[in-house]
Amino acid sequence: MEAVISIAIGILFASGIWLILRPRSFQVLTGLLLMSYAVNLFIFVMGRLWVNRPPLTLGGGVPDPAAFGDPLPQALVLTAIVIGFATTALYLVVMIGSRGLTGTDHVDGVEDQ
Amino acid sequence: MTPDVAQHLIILPILLPLVCGALLIPVNESRHRLKFGFNLASVLAQLALALVLLARADGGAWPDGIGVYLAANWAAPFGIALVADRLSALMLLLSALLALAALIYSALRWSRIGVHFHSLFQFLLMGINGAFLTHDLFNLFVFFEVMLAASYGLLLHGYTAARIRAGMHYIAVNLVASLLFLIGVALIYGAAGTLNMADLAARLPNVLPEDLILLKIGAAVLAIAFLVKGAMWPLGFWLPTTYGAASPPVAAMLVLMTKVGAYAILRIWLLVFADDAGTLPGFGFDILLWGGMATIVFGAAGLMSSDSAGRAAGYSATVSSGTLLAVIGYGQPSAVTAGLYYLLGSTLAVGAFVLLIELIERIRKPSAAVLALTMEAFAIEETPDEPVGIGIPAGLAFLGLAFAASALIIAGLPPLSGFVAKFSLFHALLNPDHGAGPGSVAWTLLVLIVLSGFAAIVGLMRFGVRTFWASGAVAAPRLGLTEVLPVSALLLLCVALTVQAGPVFAFLQRTNADLHDTRKYVERVLHERPLPGAAHGGKP
Repeated sequence: MEAVISIAIGILFASGIWLILRPRSFQVLTGLLLMSYAVNLFIFVMGRLWVNRPPLTLGGGVPDPAAFGDPLPQALVLTAIVIGFATTALYLVVMIGSRGLTGTDHVDGVEDQ
Repeated sequence: MTPDVAQHLIILPILLPLVCGALLIPVNESRHRLKFGFNLASVLAQLALALVLLARADGGAWPDGIGVYLAANWAAPFGIALVADRLSALMLLLSALLALAALIYSALRWSRIGVHFHSLFQFLLMGINGAFLTHDLFNLFVFFEVMLAASYGLLLHGYTAARIRAGMHYIAVNLVASLLFLIGVALIYGAAGTLNMADLAARLPNVLPEDLILLKIGAAVLAIAFLVKGAMWPLGFWLPTTYGAASPPVAAMLVLMTKVGAYAILRIWLLVFADDAGTLPGFGFDILLWGGMATIVFGAAGLMSSDSAGRAAGYSATVSSGTLLAVIGYGQPSAVTAGLYYLLGSTLAVGAFVLLIELIERIRKPSAAVLALTMEAFAIEETPDEPVGIGIPAGLAFLGLAFAASALIIAGLPPLSGFVAKFSLFHALLNPDHGAGPGSVAWTLLVLIVLSGFAAIVGLMRFGVRTFWASGAVAAPRLGLTEVLPVSALLLLCVALTVQAGPVFAFLQRTNADLHDTRKYVERVLHERPLPGAAHGGKP
């Protein structure tokens, strides 16, 4: 399971890096999105991979730590998703503004000669 | 004030701009006097708060001069701890001062060329203040994002093609840096199991050897994110274009934001990877040192070659950032004191310089042209007032003097604070703490700092000569009082720094001693008890 997940994250991130180096702003945006998915998964698996372990203690007596997953990375990833989503949306707005003002979707605002 | 109530002062520099910024959103843009008034009141209150926190940290109101605020009353490694010590309070004061100057400067026209300037300004301050106060790595990420999101909006404020283009690059670079920040934080959590900085320092000796490599990678990735903000070569190419495109008050705030990156490095590296003790002594310091030196070279070359004053200001900020990073990386406690003094002086001076540039540009070309373009692009209805009324007499003389003063500070020539800062830096480099003579690294750094000073002189004087001595082309500028006042105030603060160098240095030495006494932070932060209350079984 570890290998599959790490390869998946690696492919996502690598595709993202390739895309953000492209000259079209939409490609850059897609690259940023892919990279943020990869990073969100990465944060999640930093709490280790478990099967059948709920993240939260339900109260009632002293809980057994071995029966539960680490809740903190799940809280972190939630925050990271929200922030990443918001900033990417903001970038989209700037992109549309740039397209309207310069008439091209090149990241430099001018077409290559 | 009872101690319990006074403790809440620590979180107020974050809450106040949040509430003020949120309240200003629904207010119509046409009521800009009201908006400006609220904003000004909030910034003044933050200035007062920073002074109170500084007095408390330095005056012995808290044990060891470290005030700990446990958010939501959770004990330290589990909840988020905010820490106000001498360094945080000092940085809060610096940000409030610069914000006040930028805000007053923006009153006449810049705050009115777009919408929501005042809300964004407050949110930016919230992010900056939060980054200075928090003692938790993930919370630091959140405040960085608040700061960056507000800065994206402010950079685009005015909405010209140049700003959009610079904004696209700035946002893309910072989004990638934020992703790296998250990777670094996740790796550190995976290796050490904590995100509290003091807890991280305490747990470092117990990290398993096989996890230590993860922690190292995490810290290095985290450092890349900070160094992008701090504009270390080769991560700082975004900076000059962004500074050149931003409107002057925003550029002044961006000058402060580069210092947030350096602050984070200073805070975390001295706490976790202290040079003398710990599991990873001196980890990464060499890279900071050499990277900082490369940044100085890059900034100096840029200063010599830049044709516009806006870019020159960007490169001055790069040089100052590089000097600071190299001094941190040099790893000698007494040099850090001088570095902090340099940080204060150079931030104020570069801030004054970016505000001044726009006033100087007015001599050369009719300012109306730029403004008209902005207004047209943004399609705003009400035209802001041209600077009317009684202009400042002898505007040209003021511009010349202010330019000379800021150039002197940036270049580090006597008699202003830049010289005192560089002199004390050289003194620290030439008199190492361990007693032996200065090594070749110290000499290299010293020579580079001197050369960067020369480059600044050449670059800035060339601009000055072309502008002020261009015969015939100079028209007497129309300057408003609210534009002259902040520039003069910032420069006068630098003069005050020079005159009061003794007390300031004594204070900075105490700050520096705090930073190098990591054990104290671990004890204070981790042993701060939550207040007894309903959630914890009632009063004892």
